[in-house]
Amino acid sequence: MNTRVVLRYAGLAAILVYCLAPFYWMLASAFRRPSDQFSLSPIPNPVSATNFTAVFGTDVGFGRALLNSLVVAGIATVLTLLVGVSAAYALARLRFRFKNAVAALIIATSMFPGISLVVPLLKLFTDINWINTYQAMIVPSMSFALPLAVWNLNAFFRQMPGELEEAAMIDGCTRLQAFRRIILPLAAPGVFTTAIITFITAWNEFIIALSMVNDKSMQTATVAISRFTGAYGFDQPFGTQMAAGVVVTVPLVILVLVFQRRIIAGLTAGGVK
Amino acid sequence: MTTLARRGDAAGEAGRLAALLLSPTFVVLGLVVGYPLVAALRESLYQSGQSVDADGFVVQGDQFAGLDNYTGMFSGPAATRFWNAFGNTTFFTVTTVAAEVVIGVAMALVMHQALRWRGLVRASILVPWAIPTAVSAILWQWIFQADGVANALIGNQILWTTEGWQAKFAVMIADVWKTAPFIGLLVLAGLQVIPRDVYEAARVDGASPARQFWSITLPLVRPVLVVAVLFRVLDSLRMFDLPFVLIGNRKESVETLTMLAWDEASNLRFGPAAAYATILFVYIAVVAFVFVKLLGADVIGEVRDRGRQARERGPEPLAKPEVVPA
Repeated sequence: MNTRVVLRYAGLAAILVYCLAPFYWMLASAFRRPSDQFSLSPIPNPVSATNFTAVFGTDVGFGRALLNSLVVAGIATVLTLLVGVSAAYALARLRFRFKNAVAALIIATSMFPGISLVVPLLKLFTDINWINTYQAMIVPSMSFALPLAVWNLNAFFRQMPGELEEAAMIDGCTRLQAFRRIILPLAAPGVFTTAIITFITAWNEFIIALSMVNDKSMQTATVAISRFTGAYGFDQPFGTQMAAGVVVTVPLVILVLVFQRRIIAGLTAGGVK
Repeated sequence: MTTLARRGDAAGEAGRLAALLLSPTFVVLGLVVGYPLVAALRESLYQSGQSVDADGFVVQGDQFAGLDNYTGMFSGPAATRFWNAFGNTTFFTVTTVAAEVVIGVAMALVMHQALRWRGLVRASILVPWAIPTAVSAILWQWIFQADGVANALIGNQILWTTEGWQAKFAVMIADVWKTAPFIGLLVLAGLQVIPRDVYEAARVDGASPARQFWSITLPLVRPVLVVAVLFRVLDSLRMFDLPFVLIGNRKESVETLTMLAWDEASNLRFGPAAAYATILFVYIAVVAFVFVKLLGADVIGEVRDRGRQARERGPEPLAKPEVVPA
């Protein structure tokens, strides 16, 4: 029995190390002095914030990149939820013909490879002068964000008892009123969780942001990090990149820590990344 | 206690309401998915003007090229690069998903046994999922530096992020690290709905833990696992960020189909780029079809269950499920 307990904890410890060690290494490397950059000590000594001040230096423009990411992911999330909520409700509650076909079609779009979108849209956006605009990143983002959000919301709506609307409709609400006044307020946690998952997915998007923007001031954070150049143009500024990586990731990790239960419920209910 | 006629009316009303509620989503998906798909197909039949006409003038604009972009892929100067990218894409998908399934299932089993530290483990398992792939690529580039921590740990001098098998290996490690926990989460959700008394019955019958795993756990989480694997496979087939940032563009050993198409597009060769993207799209569609038909990946299971209940309750005709095996 005792060996089982030891094994259990060893397994849990292995999972923790597996998941957190690379992330910890990014943190530790970010807090070293540039002169200690290649030190292999597990704890940075002395702890220094030089890398972080370098990241937000005027020539790097990383603050602007963070703002771009926030705008693109934020607007994409809001638009996606506005459009997706009604579709998710219809799939979860109404009985209509071709329902399975509709559900299958929405799932099929989430399997769509991003590059099939980027090639034609790159040409289109060049023709209509959309290159280096926010909308050139937001609109294509909806291609993966919308199916994801519809599927998650659908799972949340389905968990709510159908008697709620029935009671409201007996009391004289139309179905739409029942949805707006009863279901939506009660499903708020689910909608919020979907918003977080959608936001994280849009925030982490890379290929669209890389392709549709070539102006440094319009780059999102993920693209900006991959394009950092060192002071001399040929050495990779790993310290600065690690610090930037920490800045990009820590807000997400905090979101994850605070809402872990809900995010997991959403991920496993939706069953779709 | 409604009459049939009344119920038919209700069904018609529900249909109209459903159409109304679904239309915004379909308009958006039509614009951002449907249109590009058709445009890419059309684009793949053209080549931008690099030819010279009979009078020796350079032809401007797009020329209809028929299937030239496709035939050039399979035989011709571009064929080697295409087949290499196709091979890499397939190789990465098979190897990483296999490793992710093994590690993910192991993680799920451990977490399922956990009595304490649950919150901590649950939070930490989401960390790799939340890190942007581009950032994780840079992080692993740093770990795999020639004088980095990976070489220090194994006491060797491997140049991980240059060309060759070690570059393939670096991409695989980084990908498995990021996505195995996700499979672990999904499998754990599947484990948690297995009733405990099934295991008790097996124990009474004298089944060993290993036997319990093979005969009870695995068959019961199989539906969840198949769906998780399907989505991971489709995700791996479009891999781009990780090899692009970790190893670089135009590196033979890690170039995937998406990277190849992207590279062509960024050099303004839209015709071939669209052809590569279309081939990848077909490849993904075929794999998804095989999963759903042969392995019975029940992607829209819940929807279908409701459909079946509705069929039992009401007479309104429901469409035959098209994606899901009946």
